[in-house]
Amino acid sequence: MYRYDEFDREFVNERVAQFRGQVARRLSGELTEEQFKPLRLMNGVYLQLHAYMLRVAIPYGTLSPAQLRMLAFIARTYDRGYGHFTTRQNLQFHWPALKDIPDILEHLAAVEMHAIQTSGNCIRNVTADHYAGAAADEIIDPRPYAEILRQWSSLHPEFIFLPRKFKIAVTGAERDRAATQVHDIGLHAKRDADGNLGFAVYVGGGLGRTPMVGHRIRDFLPERDLLSYVEAILRVYNLFGRRDNKYKARIKILVHETGADEIRRQVEADWERIRDGALALPEDEIRRIQDYFAQPHLPARPAGSIVLDRARAADHALDSWAARNTVPHRASGHVLATVSLKPIGGTPGDMTADQMEVVADFAERFSHGEARVSHEQNLILPHVALDDLPAVHAALAAAGLATPNAGLVTDIIACPGLDYCALANARSIPVAQRISERFADHARQKDVGDLKIKISGCINACGHHHVGHIGILGVEKKGEEFYQLTLGGSGDETASLGEIIGPGFSSEAVVDAVETVVETYLNARRGPEEDFLAAYRRLGQAPFKEALYGAA
Amino acid sequence: MFKAAQQGPVKVITANDLGNGLVVFLDAGDGWTHDIASARVLEDGPELEAAIAYGQAQHDSRVVIDPYPIDVTVGEHGPVPIRLREKIRADRGPTVAYGDEERARLTGAQRVPV
Repeated sequence: MYRYDEFDREFVNERVAQFRGQVARRLSGELTEEQFKPLRLMNGVYLQLHAYMLRVAIPYGTLSPAQLRMLAFIARTYDRGYGHFTTRQNLQFHWPALKDIPDILEHLAAVEMHAIQTSGNCIRNVTADHYAGAAADEIIDPRPYAEILRQWSSLHPEFIFLPRKFKIAVTGAERDRAATQVHDIGLHAKRDADGNLGFAVYVGGGLGRTPMVGHRIRDFLPERDLLSYVEAILRVYNLFGRRDNKYKARIKILVHETGADEIRRQVEADWERIRDGALALPEDEIRRIQDYFAQPHLPARPAGSIVLDRARAADHALDSWAARNTVPHRASGHVLATVSLKPIGGTPGDMTADQMEVVADFAERFSHGEARVSHEQNLILPHVALDDLPAVHAALAAAGLATPNAGLVTDIIACPGLDYCALANARSIPVAQRISERFADHARQKDVGDLKIKISGCINACGHHHVGHIGILGVEKKGEEFYQLTLGGSGDETASLGEIIGPGFSSEAVVDAVETVVETYLNARRGPEEDFLAAYRRLGQAPFKEALYGAA
Repeated sequence: MFKAAQQGPVKVITANDLGNGLVVFLDAGDGWTHDIASARVLEDGPELEAAIAYGQAQHDSRVVIDPYPIDVTVGEHGPVPIRLREKIRADRGPTVAYGDEERARLTGAQRVPV
């Protein structure tokens, strides 16, 4: 994993000291809220419904046991014993006191973490495939490139006051697990016919009130040109992105209004000017960064495990979990194991301090000291030997972390919603909990198969509802919570935006509506091999509309 | 900033505490309380205007953040906000269990063994 060098360390420590002074001046009355707000936002501090909130970046979703233990320590010491993993590989503490935040940041800095650029109109935490560096279908580990982008974008003087926030995601596998096409910039690594490494570049994707799938403005960007090309995109956006209207300020609006071809022309013109300059990535520097992310030494193991097979035969819970929550590793005899933060009836993405410590211990003992957080609000143990799965499962189960539901109907993404968020119009968490309880039966979940439900409590779409196979958007109507369903969204390499199916449902009716959609799918699918998304794409809205609202 | 609906019969002033960010309400003694039951209930008119001005002064004096009036009804146990958003704020936390309490609810266990 990447280790801070002296510049990183000094930069983060200086920033903590600077913020400590700013907090002191705020508390002493020297700074007004109007003066302080942009300063706190630059350090990831929001004011939510109930309290301050601190958003901590987990760059490219990679966590060490020491970092997890520190998050647990902070949760216990300064917060209310838990944290909330978000849809952008961040962790949010929902209850810190302002006076404690500089101390929290100092603790975070000690384990090479920070909250810089987790808010504000700047380049946010760069996210990546949570299976990076381990997935069987990977072309290249995307994290070194995300790290290069992180270094380049941290306090980049030209891009600290962009028209609006800016999100970059990188993936290095065939399957896009990082939702790159719905980011401001999405980078999808690939090799050309000669085996050279490069990226397909998507620009102008995003969710929020104006959801859009990004445009591929370059099929193949050579590896060495990564920074110069991204800088050219940012420069075009910074110059021409709208600053007169917050709701039209994201790059997706610029791309939409200008046209992707013209944006490409502008970007390429600027890029031609700078591509052979200081930003051309030296080969040895790329390799140096890649060395930090080298796969740990995994001893050669046979492809199967008699130990695991026997344990699975004797333990139904282990069998279900291994079948659903593990995926093939590129190293024989190993898997990536999903630690579900979606217990039936629980809050999606929440994790107690004790649970963080359990995962830290098991990442150390059984996953070569690595854990990951996914944008789907789960953790991953990326390098687990098949022989060790029974022990890992037993420990996770004891900690309430072994729900066998990865990718199933109860593996729901939900934003904090009106239970925590000052922007929300409706609650998300209770809806997620009730859907989870409705589909609690594991056999039924397995029968339904792959199905992504995503819930947002307002149009800002932190719950990614636009790319949910079933998306749920909470709105306020005459003082009541209402929920609008969208169907057919997807954030993968076949990205599509969900379509609104019809009038919204009351809080009482929305779970029934979701069940109706699922039952309609089950009745109409060609067989279990046709998953929900495939069936929806074949069938269109009609049968679902009819089931929900009756014949027109 | 959120604006209270005009039709509310009576109001209280709410804000967030500067130091810990927690929800507070203006009380009868020009102080701030976490307990909405102790909040000062205000009629529309000069009394409300004076309270809003006082809240703003407290914001300017770095005591609280972003005060604003909310519509309430007054029941047996004191003021109850009309909007769900404000009910959730007045309840001092989410409508769902969290942290160890949620763990205990989901499993019946007291704490996760470490």
